[in-house]
Amino acid sequence: MPAPPPATTGGGAPLLLETHAMSTPAPSPVVEMSGITIEFPGVRALDGVGLRLFPGEVHALMGENGAGKSTLIKALTGVYRYDAGTVTVDGVPQRFGTPAEAQGAGISTVYQEVNLCPNLTVTENIVLGREPRRRGSIDRRASRERARRVLGELHLDLDPGSVLGRHPIAVQQLVAIARAVDTDAKVLVLDEPTSSLDAGEVAELFRVVRALRDRGVAVLFVSHFLDQVYEISDRMTVLRNGRLVAEHRTAELSRLQLVQEMIGRELSTLEHLDREPSADTPTDAVPRLRARRLGRTGAIAPTDLDVHAGRVTGLAGLLGSGRTELTRLLFGADRATSGSLEVDGRPVRLRTPRAAIAEGIAFCSEDRKGEGVVGDLTVRDNVLLALQARRGWLRRIPRKQGDELVAKYMQALDVRPADPDALIRNLSGGNQQKVLLARWLLTEPRLLLLDEPTRGIDIGAKAQIQALVSQLAAEGMSVVFVSAELEEVLRISDRITVLRDHRAVADVPGSTATLDSVVDLIASGGDRA
Amino acid sequence: MPETPTTPRARRMVDLSSPVVWAAAALLALLLFNAVVNPGFFAVRIQDGHLFGSPVDVLKNAAPTLLIAVGMTLVIATRGIDLSVGAVLAISGAVSFTIIDGSSDPSSPATAAIAIGTALAVGLVLGVWNGFLVSVVGIQPIIATLVLMTAGRGLAMLVTDGQIITAESPAFTWLGRGYVLGLPAQVVLTLLVLLVVAALTRRTALGTLIEAVGTNPEAARLAGVRSRSITWTVYVFVAFTAAVAGLMTNANVSAADANRAGLFIELDAILAVVIGGTSLAGGRYSLTGTVLGALILQALTTTTLTMGVPDEYVRLFKAVVIIAVFLLQAPRIRAALGRRRRGARGVTSPDVPPTDAAADDVRPLTPAQAANSPTTAMPDAAPSPTDQGVLR
Repeated sequence: MPAPPPATTGGGAPLLLETHAMSTPAPSPVVEMSGITIEFPGVRALDGVGLRLFPGEVHALMGENGAGKSTLIKALTGVYRYDAGTVTVDGVPQRFGTPAEAQGAGISTVYQEVNLCPNLTVTENIVLGREPRRRGSIDRRASRERARRVLGELHLDLDPGSVLGRHPIAVQQLVAIARAVDTDAKVLVLDEPTSSLDAGEVAELFRVVRALRDRGVAVLFVSHFLDQVYEISDRMTVLRNGRLVAEHRTAELSRLQLVQEMIGRELSTLEHLDREPSADTPTDAVPRLRARRLGRTGAIAPTDLDVHAGRVTGLAGLLGSGRTELTRLLFGADRATSGSLEVDGRPVRLRTPRAAIAEGIAFCSEDRKGEGVVGDLTVRDNVLLALQARRGWLRRIPRKQGDELVAKYMQALDVRPADPDALIRNLSGGNQQKVLLARWLLTEPRLLLLDEPTRGIDIGAKAQIQALVSQLAAEGMSVVFVSAELEEVLRISDRITVLRDHRAVADVPGSTATLDSVVDLIASGGDRA
Repeated sequence: MPETPTTPRARRMVDLSSPVVWAAAALLALLLFNAVVNPGFFAVRIQDGHLFGSPVDVLKNAAPTLLIAVGMTLVIATRGIDLSVGAVLAISGAVSFTIIDGSSDPSSPATAAIAIGTALAVGLVLGVWNGFLVSVVGIQPIIATLVLMTAGRGLAMLVTDGQIITAESPAFTWLGRGYVLGLPAQVVLTLLVLLVVAALTRRTALGTLIEAVGTNPEAARLAGVRSRSITWTVYVFVAFTAAVAGLMTNANVSAADANRAGLFIELDAILAVVIGGTSLAGGRYSLTGTVLGALILQALTTTTLTMGVPDEYVRLFKAVVIIAVFLLQAPRIRAALGRRRRGARGVTSPDVPPTDAAADDVRPLTPAQAANSPTTAMPDAAPSPTDQGVLR
């Protein structure tokens, strides 16, 4: 575990939980949001959330997927209107209608995907829209001087005349920050800035962030990497399910506590599953799927994994821990760059999804809309897609046989509406998920890879899907079950592989694993386990 | 997402939200207009066992564009586009005429057969090239086919040595001017290809797989669809249709003009597809719509010419009518006119066809039409004299 973050610098150390008396009086926050509520149709994305940003502090916004982090950022930066609540900047109530207004008030945002113009030079990007003018035209010399000054302040050794797109993403991100500095931003929002950077680049980014912090800028930092959050932040706000959980000084919050707060400990209210995770070791000597040192550069470190017949293997870990990346390798959706795979003891190479399907493997992507449903087609065509693809285009599934199969699976999975001719994009998320499950069950797979099969779907459909997985395993299917919700993984899995920071850190039996023990593994990275 | 509100059930009645219906209405209106303005428009007479008259001319002159548009429909359904069909058409004509011209016995059927076979083979090779660039190399279709669009006419010129080649070969000329059962051979050939495509795509699973690839390529790939070979195949096929069209148009005038043959036919073919309601964003397609689109374009040309509108104004007039058709098809206007059924997010009016494929919610077709679309093609087609087909 890295050292606790350095003491707050610049303008004293404000404390939320005034448990210790401080020698210096707490400064007022530069941004104070309170009671922010945002409703989307049918969903309350944020429910009375507050956030305080102090000058000269790096503030980490923490929470799992769907916790409301990006919604809150968008409320702050004028992208979304909020239905209730207040935002004050320097004590003045503000209501930003557009991102430009927020920027005008000194709030700059650097997004995960760099939103600069790659075809312009570094200088042009930094001064874009605020170019110094001389006699009606852009004063290029002054522009260059200004860019050089800003880059110099951040100690970036970069040719201001070079074209932005030629630089790696990391450098482009730093230029985006330099642009924010040029606007004299009081608040800098960094939304997942490190997700595509390597360790050296992250260090460079952090150096710049610290320099800004020391100049009194309030930095709001969003990242899924716990180590980085602990390294850079002075204060944290934790969100869960659109609600504020707590605000802490980073130094006073243990990782275990943080992970618990992010994941939540609501006891499951779902009905009991028919099947208990089995405690005994699998009897089959040869696992259905065996991965050895399977990995992909930049996505997942070499990992061992055994999946046995009739068993559910859970993958637990926070977002970005590599759980999706590992699953995709098992399906050939991405190609592995290292390691080997065996199916029933036979070495196989899964270079494409087709190859995996031929081995009896099926995969439900976490990105239901982008990688699952074919929105323009009917439920019927969506259900039959994988089976039809395997048969090839010439051997069309006969109309009658197709109708029967579709009707059978739609009924078994309780897809609503029970209309095979409905366009799938008109179905709710839960029903779309059931259609995708039907698509794969039709191919009679022996190994089912489910990546977040219950994300974003209502509680009833969720329980149905969990029960189905349980039943399929009881019938002999092997399942790899990925979910951000630990309770779910714990309830369903016979064995749990814990991932963290793109590597597997532990492998525990489901029967003895508890929420605490798994949370502890995620937080500690297996060091203490 | 809320529980689904609407169920787009297959509707037997006329579905006013379908662009195909509006395309048909536009064609009908055009024909009606002709009937009023020029009562002789629909007069069809039989001479030597062959049909003559404006309706037959429209069919004949629409044939090459329609043929290519059929191939283009499949390409567009996979989110692609092929700008090189005009060039392929020119090459096909140049190759066939050069062979006939250079042969010792130009009028023999064997020479014609060799010429036709070679031209089609060259067309297939060019299609393989386009498909390779798009599906294997991964170049954007508009750019990949632009290569051949630009270079193709140069190639054709090289073949013909820059000359307009004229040659007489009865067997070959039949392709352009012959008759089968009283109908122009061009029309019969096109109809044949259309029927084969309709059967191939709807009797097999090819149509559904093409739509899946065009709607969501990644989902299709993960479902095990051979996206690459499907994409490749449609480019080969559209080039084949262009090669056939090249034989027909050049045979019609008994000359191969590398510069002018099939000029802008790619744009007419794309226009026909779009008027027919197939979205440039890919996915659902309608062969019926494409047939209607090609007939509308040709009927327009024929109408203006029979009305004696000066050639300069013909294009303007066409533009006005086409805009009217698009307006009729625009979701917003359809929503106002007809009963609503789909949750129309992101309504885009296709006045200017979307050049990029991003918008995945502009979906003109409903399952009902798509299912029973192709074979109902070529209905009460239309009318007029004068030769003003593809070689404009």
